[in-house]
Amino acid sequence: MDRKIRVLIGKPGLDGHDRGAKYIARALRDAGMEVIYTGIRQTPEAIVNAAIQEDVDFVGLSLLSGAHNHLFPEVARLLNEKGGSDIILFGGGVIPEEDIPGLKKAGFKAIFTPGASSSEVVDFIEQEIQTH
Amino acid sequence: MLSSEVEDLAGKVRSKDQRGMARVLSMVENGHPLAPPILHSLYNPERSGLTIGITGYPGAGKSTLTNRLIAYYRKHGCKVGVIAVDPSSPFSGGALLGDRLRMQDHASDPGVFIRSMGNRGHLGGLSGTTRDALEVFAAASYDPVLVETMGVGQAEVEIASLADITLLVLVPGLGDEVQTMKAGIMEIGNIIVLNKADRPGIEQLEMFVNASLDLIPDQTLRPTVISCSALSGEGIEKLTDAIANCVSFGTGRRVIARRRTKLILRSIIREKGKELARKHVSDRYGSIEEAIESILEGKTTPYEIGEMLSGFLENKRENENECKRD
Repeated sequence: MDRKIRVLIGKPGLDGHDRGAKYIARALRDAGMEVIYTGIRQTPEAIVNAAIQEDVDFVGLSLLSGAHNHLFPEVARLLNEKGGSDIILFGGGVIPEEDIPGLKKAGFKAIFTPGASSSEVVDFIEQEIQTH
Repeated sequence: MLSSEVEDLAGKVRSKDQRGMARVLSMVENGHPLAPPILHSLYNPERSGLTIGITGYPGAGKSTLTNRLIAYYRKHGCKVGVIAVDPSSPFSGGALLGDRLRMQDHASDPGVFIRSMGNRGHLGGLSGTTRDALEVFAAASYDPVLVETMGVGQAEVEIASLADITLLVLVPGLGDEVQTMKAGIMEIGNIIVLNKADRPGIEQLEMFVNASLDLIPDQTLRPTVISCSALSGEGIEKLTDAIANCVSFGTGRRVIARRRTKLILRSIIREKGKELARKHVSDRYGSIEEAIESILEGKTTPYEIGEMLSGFLENKRENENECKRD
């Protein structure tokens, strides 16, 4: 069997700054993963729909507009609703320290803030898939 | 327990459970041991479900065209499946699957099921499991299923044998027309789509394509040529009309069933034969590497190993015949 780790990288909300998302997508590809990149300005519904159809192991959200406290938990809620509660969520972007505990409570396993290296994300995924 | 799991998953596909179907598609892609029995349960040679292949150069606008076709078939009440193949990195084995980007109009439509696949080293513009994935889509009553190949160049013509109708997408301004004459890419389309028809160079492209098609010995097989702009939507109805004509002109259901079955069986024979032969050589020499060592040491040659394999398969058949006689 040749199983590949599949990761969806999506950008919910209205900001169009996708360099971080593309950078991570590329890094995960180079780590041997299959990355589904869905692009900017995605609704939570569209992201969850894609995650279910693509049967991904992880969903990574990138957001720089400040709407993470609303959009991240909404993705988590819809994912549960659609039977994807075993899909592991992580996020990244300009996210204040004080918001992180709330997002973790909403179901996000990790939040990467500016300065985090791509290898930290790769390590996180590889560790999670071991214990999952 | 095994068979109940198989039936459970096959049932989920038939009842159009998206999560279940997505899981089965992964099992098929990963070569999971349960994939063959599930496919066995789902297989129906006379299934409906038209497969439309979309192929062409990287950047020719295949995804944008796919997006347009989804919209058209959705408007007509069809449930549309999409398999979009992108290349896997030959270095890391990973892949960046970005075809969904251009299909965002349908991102939250439950009547559209889009699955992205890395080719995982398979040559020919598709992944090795695309054909099996199509059976899963058909069992969940997606009709049509659009199969978008990776960007292809000169000889990646596998889609033509897999799809019921193949669209070859060309664009003006790529220059050297000898490139398209080289190997076989011009021969695979039932319909040749000249995309980005608003761009300069479209007349020359049209002229060149038609001149090439004039050379086809049997002009009843001449593909239709359609100019359009997938981006603006101009000419798309002409294209969908041409697809519909192609279907009604095309052969009856029994003929399609026979063709599909032949192709599936052929690829299974190829895969199983490869597996069996590899295993036998490994068993005989310890591993493929050790077989190579033996050849380098002058103890045998690749050709002798080939003869040994033929003998092995022949013996196996005789043994089986004897078992039957007993």
